[in-house]
Amino acid sequence: MDALLLVLLIVGGSALLSWPLGRYLRWAMDPVALDGPAGRFHRLFCALGGRLTAEQQDWKRYCVALLVFNVVMFVACFALLACQQWLPLNPDGKGALEASLIFNTAASFTSNTNLQHYSGEASMSHLSQLGALMWLQFVSPAVGLAALAAMARALAGRTNVGNFFVDLLRATFLVMLPLAVVTALLLVLGGVPMTLLGAATATTLEGKPQVIARGPVAAFVAIKQLGTNGGGFFGPNSTHPFENPGFFTNAVSTVAIVVLPMACVWMFGHIVGRMRHAAVVFAVMMTLLLCKLGIALAYEAAPTQAFASLPILQDTGNLEGKELRFGAAAAPLWAVLTTCTSNGSVNCMHDSLNPMTGVVPMIGMWLNATFGGVGVGMINMFVYVVLAVFVAGMMVGRTPEYLSRRIEMREVKLAVLTVFSHALFILGGTALFAATPWGQSTLNNVGAHGFSEILYEFSSSAANNGSGFEGLGDNTVPWNLATGLVMLLARYIPIILPLAFAGSLAGKRATSPSAGTLAIDTTTFGVMLVATIVFLGALTFFPAAALGPVAEHLQFTR
Amino acid sequence: MQAWLCSLRLAGVTLLVCSGAYTALVLGVAQVAMPHTANGSLLTGNDGCVIGSALIAQAFTQPQYFWPRPSAVAWNAASAGGSNKSPTSADLAERARATVAAYGATAERPLPADLAAASGSGLDPHISETAARYQIERVAAARNRPAAEVAALVDRLSFAPGGALTHTRIVNVLELNRALDGMQ
Repeated sequence: MDALLLVLLIVGGSALLSWPLGRYLRWAMDPVALDGPAGRFHRLFCALGGRLTAEQQDWKRYCVALLVFNVVMFVACFALLACQQWLPLNPDGKGALEASLIFNTAASFTSNTNLQHYSGEASMSHLSQLGALMWLQFVSPAVGLAALAAMARALAGRTNVGNFFVDLLRATFLVMLPLAVVTALLLVLGGVPMTLLGAATATTLEGKPQVIARGPVAAFVAIKQLGTNGGGFFGPNSTHPFENPGFFTNAVSTVAIVVLPMACVWMFGHIVGRMRHAAVVFAVMMTLLLCKLGIALAYEAAPTQAFASLPILQDTGNLEGKELRFGAAAAPLWAVLTTCTSNGSVNCMHDSLNPMTGVVPMIGMWLNATFGGVGVGMINMFVYVVLAVFVAGMMVGRTPEYLSRRIEMREVKLAVLTVFSHALFILGGTALFAATPWGQSTLNNVGAHGFSEILYEFSSSAANNGSGFEGLGDNTVPWNLATGLVMLLARYIPIILPLAFAGSLAGKRATSPSAGTLAIDTTTFGVMLVATIVFLGALTFFPAAALGPVAEHLQFTR
Repeated sequence: MQAWLCSLRLAGVTLLVCSGAYTALVLGVAQVAMPHTANGSLLTGNDGCVIGSALIAQAFTQPQYFWPRPSAVAWNAASAGGSNKSPTSADLAERARATVAAYGATAERPLPADLAAASGSGLDPHISETAARYQIERVAAARNRPAAEVAALVDRLSFAPGGALTHTRIVNVLELNRALDGMQ
């Protein structure tokens, strides 16, 4: 009962908050008129960015600008990490990092993934954490938000989709920064450390030494949660008592995971001027989220199988890998939200979830559109919407249309290619690593669960999620290179292809709606959309799920 | 070329504001408003030396102390982590068997699950109230004190972390053990 109440408060509260935030996003990212404060900010950003900010870009120039900025992000992060041993703000004397790990980490934070093959408190100096990683935690979700704004403008029929550099500054300074300040201060209030001092050394009550790592945690965790980043200051992420000291900080962090991706749907609706359509999309995402939540809560209430034959009193569900201070429902709730969105932070160890609970985060990453990453989640959903419109059009024998523009061969090809590449990265990568020592020699668990560890790692990389079945010994050269490449490709393909076909739609003549037009703001269309997502996802990924978590579940549940 | 220069410029501006100004602001507020927790909630003993952090579990193996949950990293607060074992894993059963033996648990007196399951961080500072009660007898005997006195302390320090939203009451192990030492 208390579990359901907690879930209702967090999910319902986030949904309510997302509505005003969506209106604010519209104002910040795509102001209707440049007067008052909106105009002052616009002039400030133009002054900061220089001459190029005056340019109106079509989708091609917008993409080029986006890619150029991302190369700069990657190179700057790589350089800072590679030099951390010589740079200041390194009170604990952290040493040099291995080259493939630097590549993986730079790719991971540039692509808004935050897959971590290192452990923060053991490897990173304060400067690396704040100057390289936290900086990217601000600008990488800003890139996603900018891309969504551009796509929405194209779908609204504008051939000039905006200016990337201005959009980036708007997203960083008007969205990410103020939200991060508020969240960070709430976390400080909840007891999260914020200091530039190095580790403390204690002498325990039993007289033994204990070294306690600490640092500027509150600032880092706030933006990690808000920007669907997920990369923790400490190795075990938000299970660590310094990242997440209690019930209050856990509640704040959980809301912060999902509120911005939710608001992105409303921002999309405002810009394309179709709020009822946005409401249908929001409802579809919410329905899928609640289904996953139900499965996770039910399976995680089952006790730890390994303790079944021992004299252990198990009346609180599976506790391996969980913290007590958040309450029983908090871990499955977080696990679902962090993978519905592309956040990837954790407040329990996903490797130690019951097998059928463990499949739920994977489903989240396979679909990657039930709210999804900041900006990019809605872009992914747009791809599914186009496919649903196309399939529906075929079923009733009409030329498919979306927002008064015809969906033709070129658009459908690009949409299928986007969905196909996601599946290829996950299944192809998993097959390669499951068949070779690259994957086999790095497992922490045997049998079907070992396969799940590989499958999870590639799903997480391809979805730009960043969580993991962390038992996997993934700091090896093959893992660092393979997941690094997957993260980069899986970031830019699903941004550029949808922008390309939104751009091509914008160039088409608008058709006037008739009795034959498929309505995209009805419950019927919502059901069609759910069906498209579920069938596509199940056909693609069920065989892999059957080999991993489902096999483990059947093997051990009597 | 222009795009590269513009990108560099934006990288510089965002880096200064997001990594510099933002960090400085949060740091300043935290150090002024909440200096104790902002520096890690460190606790000091009677001699002024640091004995640990109120948020971080530490090792307790002696019978006169309450014991924390198992830790996959031996309560190393400079390299935290969980076991990452599947709940179906034979390794987990083996580890739990050793824990059961250490507590002398039997079918009549089964061990509360949180004392057998390792936490995610390996640094969970709490145990459940049930798990604390389970250890009262041993602690009281080792200290030659009446069990009722120790039980009263457990009662006083137990709390529901989320009020009505959580039903498992928990207690901070370091706080409990410190209070025990203070009684003598």
